[in-house]
Amino acid sequence: MTADHLDGNALAGPLAELFAVDVTAATGRCASCGLAGPIAALHVYGPEPGLVGRCPGCEEVVLRLVRGPGSAWLDLRGALSLRVTLPE
Amino acid sequence: MERPPVERPPVERALVERALVERAPARRARWTAARLTGIRDETPTARTLRFSVPGWPGHLAGQHVDVRLTAEDGYSTQRSYSLAAPADGDTVELTVERVPDGEVSPYLTEVMEVGDEVELRGPVGGWFVWRPESTAPVLLVAGGSGVVPLMAMLRERRRAGSRVPFRLLYSLRGPDSRYYADELRRPDPGVDVTFLYTRGTPDPWPRPAGRVRLDDLAEGGWPSSFEPDCYVCGPTGFVETVADLLLTLGHAPERIRTERFGPTGG
Repeated sequence: MTADHLDGNALAGPLAELFAVDVTAATGRCASCGLAGPIAALHVYGPEPGLVGRCPGCEEVVLRLVRGPGSAWLDLRGALSLRVTLPE
Repeated sequence: MERPPVERPPVERALVERALVERAPARRARWTAARLTGIRDETPTARTLRFSVPGWPGHLAGQHVDVRLTAEDGYSTQRSYSLAAPADGDTVELTVERVPDGEVSPYLTEVMEVGDEVELRGPVGGWFVWRPESTAPVLLVAGGSGVVPLMAMLRERRRAGSRVPFRLLYSLRGPDSRYYADELRRPDPGVDVTFLYTRGTPDPWPRPAGRVRLDDLAEGGWPSSFEPDCYVCGPTGFVETVADLLLTLGHAPERIRTERFGPTGG
């Protein structure tokens, strides 16, 4: 992979269109290598044709987000789980 | 039955305001109109823009916003910019570096005038943030315009009256590229600022021009045994280098927070 990537912080705005909680601070677990860490630490490529978040450990795709006219597609097949911290 | 308004003591009010800020992200983000109310030049290629955003919910130091421009023919494009200062009511500040051939930054830095409007979405991002109730010492490492969200943290420290010790290492080309030059020349008590010039230095200057090295972080940072929270922001290559050096110095990975900005930019 090249060094031409951003990180998961750049997903905050696009994901905030979909979710009411900040997903970038959530802990995701990579389905490929099992590494767990904040979504903010993913290596992110894009923004065209869509945003692709790759695991900083193994560089496999964790999530993809494509925003089209009138809809958004979120592909989370590379994420085993998402742990979101919530206030009691 | 109507209840009279409760006048809360200042401390409790602060907690309530904090709770409001904490809760603020718990809504889906929408685009809202932001009107430019002030401009301050930082360098020949960067300026700070002050916007009025009615209904602004407040934000945490380190958060960013997305800015959207729409042309008359309907074409629209957006970029992310870090908030440069704590919120002041409905007023927010961004510092924008002009990227040659960029789509958004040339408009923001050269064309836009006071009274003009853009669309803004935010605040967003809950990872690369510093909260004033935190007590760990803080190391900030900035590469170029990566200093913007770190400046917001320094200003939030001042606003909150925090005494947490901060150190800022600011890597930049030369003295003319300094953002917030006056403010960083006279840092608040408990804040150390070190400039790491990469191309040209003032004369005389103890450190020869060059990219950030292990020694810079060892001398200008905190020992890892102090368990500081480290925030690193800059271009991707800079962030990777600094994060690796901090790991080499024994800092725990979970205490190193990074934000990269990139080549897609402008």
